[in-house]
Amino acid sequence: MKRSLIRYLPLLLLAAGWELVARLELVSSTALPPLSDVIAAWVDMIKDGELVTNGASSLYRAAVGLALSVIVGTLVGISMAWWKPVNVLVAPLVEVFYPLPKSALIPVTVIWLGFGDGSKILLIFLGCMLPVTLGAFNGARSSEQVLVWSARSMGASRLRMLWDVVLPSAMPELLNGIRTALALAFILLVSSELIVAQKGFGYLIGFLGANGTYDAMYAVVFTVAFLGFAADRIYQMFVHRVLLWRQ
Amino acid sequence: MASAAQIVIDRVNHLYRPPRGREVLALDQVSFEVANREFVALLGPSGCGKSTLLYLIGGFLPVETGAITVDGKKVTGPGPDRGIVFQHFALFPWKTVRGNILYGLERQGMPKEQREKRAMEYIELVGLSGFEDSYPSQLSGGMKQRTAIARTLAFDPNILLMDEPFGALDAQTRGLMQSELLRIWQRTPKTVIFVTHDVQEAVYLADRVAVMSARPGRIKAVVGTKFEKNDPDIFKAKPFVEKVDEIWHLVREEAIKAQGTRA
Repeated sequence: MKRSLIRYLPLLLLAAGWELVARLELVSSTALPPLSDVIAAWVDMIKDGELVTNGASSLYRAAVGLALSVIVGTLVGISMAWWKPVNVLVAPLVEVFYPLPKSALIPVTVIWLGFGDGSKILLIFLGCMLPVTLGAFNGARSSEQVLVWSARSMGASRLRMLWDVVLPSAMPELLNGIRTALALAFILLVSSELIVAQKGFGYLIGFLGANGTYDAMYAVVFTVAFLGFAADRIYQMFVHRVLLWRQ
Repeated sequence: MASAAQIVIDRVNHLYRPPRGREVLALDQVSFEVANREFVALLGPSGCGKSTLLYLIGGFLPVETGAITVDGKKVTGPGPDRGIVFQHFALFPWKTVRGNILYGLERQGMPKEQREKRAMEYIELVGLSGFEDSYPSQLSGGMKQRTAIARTLAFDPNILLMDEPFGALDAQTRGLMQSELLRIWQRTPKTVIFVTHDVQEAVYLADRVAVMSARPGRIKAVVGTKFEKNDPDIFKAKPFVEKVDEIWHLVREEAIKAQGTRA
């Protein structure tokens, strides 16, 4: 308790400094509304349900997009590592697509799937798939020959061996790739909602900003930041449990 | 040979193709037979292809020229009739001792209750009671290898292939593991092919020792090495010492040749 208090002390100092600077009107209150106002706006938005409904639709998009990218990315990555023809076919696509800033695809996904959930899910899926694919690919390639042989000699079929040996061997790198994807999912979610959406966190930030209700806008920004932080923390706890065997 | 051969290796060649560079003839016209329940050691200098021969019998590498038959059937791939123990244990690091041993039993489709019972029996057999739930990373080298041996014995293969199984262990542990392997083998006799470069180990464990030549590997000589293994003073007995000496000379010539070809 005491240690985590010390750890987050800089944040508390920042919050106090912010409140002070805003209250003393050292900066314009439109640029930086006092923190207490932001908190009050947050409580209001929770009460009237605005934050909850928009948040739910955002989290739904992020969760579906990310889940799809994990499933497809893992399958593609392991297939690339295990079947040469798949690698020959897919590797150039990955190479070309990897450095492309995925936010550039926002208009493209909107043209394809419209303003609703579909375009956001597609964008998050496309953006998050590559780190997962590469994690699975590199992890699967590092699986040890003798482990594969052991499983085969104990009666595992080829497919079974992929599941029993190659997937767990790939797990550390795969989980790393998924962590990157998790962060990307939030980035892509908010940026796509900022540009074209009728609900969601990003939409709310853009809408409140345009209306000049800056305290509420800050409240949403903080909510997103906190959710991103919490998601990463929970994910790391999950990874720790899954990789317990590594000590 | 007392009984019909169980494993027949018939004029097997093997070309090793490195990703870069020239291909190397690893095995040259190797022919050899192993009887049912016989303990044979494959001995030779490093790089002579003894492990390659073992992997071919295991079905892990394709037999390109010649043929290997096991119980009259051509080897075309790995199978649970041939269990293998590797030098570096090859345990699944994400499974506990029990999980590793259960794995083969699951793949054989043994009912749950029966395989739990079998796993505990083998954990006890190799003296790992109390470590069932440990992960390999928490075990010493000797314990890892005992787990690997238990894992392979538990699904009861007819043939046990061992690839320098004690090579990564310290001298004391190695000695203990050798007598333990003999004890287990005497209780549950199986056909064993044991790859090693340790002459004394080969003579002590095996009924016959096949000495391989430097690359390209051939069977240079086959020497009978049946002794009363339970004699605690066997290592000092004159016939044993002389046998070790005889085989050691055979291996030494090849080791020198191997050095020469590499220089």
